[in-house]
Amino acid sequence: MNKNLAALKAAFPFTLPVLAGYIFMGAAFGMLLQSRGWGVFWVLGMSLFIYAGSLQFVAVGILAGGFRPVEAVLIALMVNARHIFYGLPLLGEFGGMGKERAYMIFSLTDETFSLLCSVKPPVGAEKNSFYFCIAALNHFYWITGSLAGFFAGAAVEMKLKGLDFVMTALFTVIFLKQWERGAGRKPALLGVGAGIVCRCVFGAQWFIIPAMGLILLVLTLARFFSARGEKA
Amino acid sequence: MNLSSTEAVILIGIMALCTFLTRALPFMLFPARRGLPAFVVELGGSLPCAVIGMLIVYCLKDVSFSSPPYGAPEAVSLAVVILLYLAAKNSLLAIAAGTALYVVLV
Repeated sequence: MNKNLAALKAAFPFTLPVLAGYIFMGAAFGMLLQSRGWGVFWVLGMSLFIYAGSLQFVAVGILAGGFRPVEAVLIALMVNARHIFYGLPLLGEFGGMGKERAYMIFSLTDETFSLLCSVKPPVGAEKNSFYFCIAALNHFYWITGSLAGFFAGAAVEMKLKGLDFVMTALFTVIFLKQWERGAGRKPALLGVGAGIVCRCVFGAQWFIIPAMGLILLVLTLARFFSARGEKA
Repeated sequence: MNLSSTEAVILIGIMALCTFLTRALPFMLFPARRGLPAFVVELGGSLPCAVIGMLIVYCLKDVSFSSPPYGAPEAVSLAVVILLYLAAKNSLLAIAAGTALYVVLV
């Protein structure tokens, strides 16, 4: 127990930047779901078991759109596709972990990933417990934020119209951050373009699957042609 | 809410499972450190950027540009988010201010 407490104390300061972000975005999610008429256990369940910020915001829309499981699968896979690559640098780090390993993999969000990649356990803290505490603290902040948002929304008792714009703003800021880094500007524009084209062709309800198909198709074709160009 | 509770639980379960799957995949596929196929690595770089772009369109999918207010609240709030982010480099501030403005406008 003492060992774990020491690891928790050592991990806490590193998680402070995530604390602010997760409480804020978690609260926005909780408030949004509350405004759509869902109860507290739905908020808790989603933040506990899905635990993926962007997807949870999109999920609010999915849950409002009717029972379309195939669309839920595709959206969840595509929105979280970046996570596939988070495990790679951590394969070795998690290799020696015992029962915590499954939880470490489950809780590998963007923020937890970047913390795990950048921080080293301080002297005196056991490495595995230290990593576990970072992951668990972040998860705890996200759940706390979601619940706080739910209760704040319920207390105000007015269904704020337009709260879902928080999602638009979030994705726009992520878009700008990617743009500033200079990486993937063409794919970013492709995403916007494919979205707009398919929205116009297929309508608001059904455009997301064709749009994702179009994105994958263009990325694959671009790769195919650039590879052929290099060989020639 | 058009869904029954069971249907909602199924959808949430599906999304939770798929999320876990994306996070667990490298650990399932590459128990030892081996190289990834080049195409998968490239897709890992470009797909997230494209998906974010598409998600912005997804968020705005129900906006009508042919009838009043012609998407004006969305355009103004989005402009505030962008300008505030570029000026202050503060994500949370930009998101909070843009959303607050939008709630006031609609």
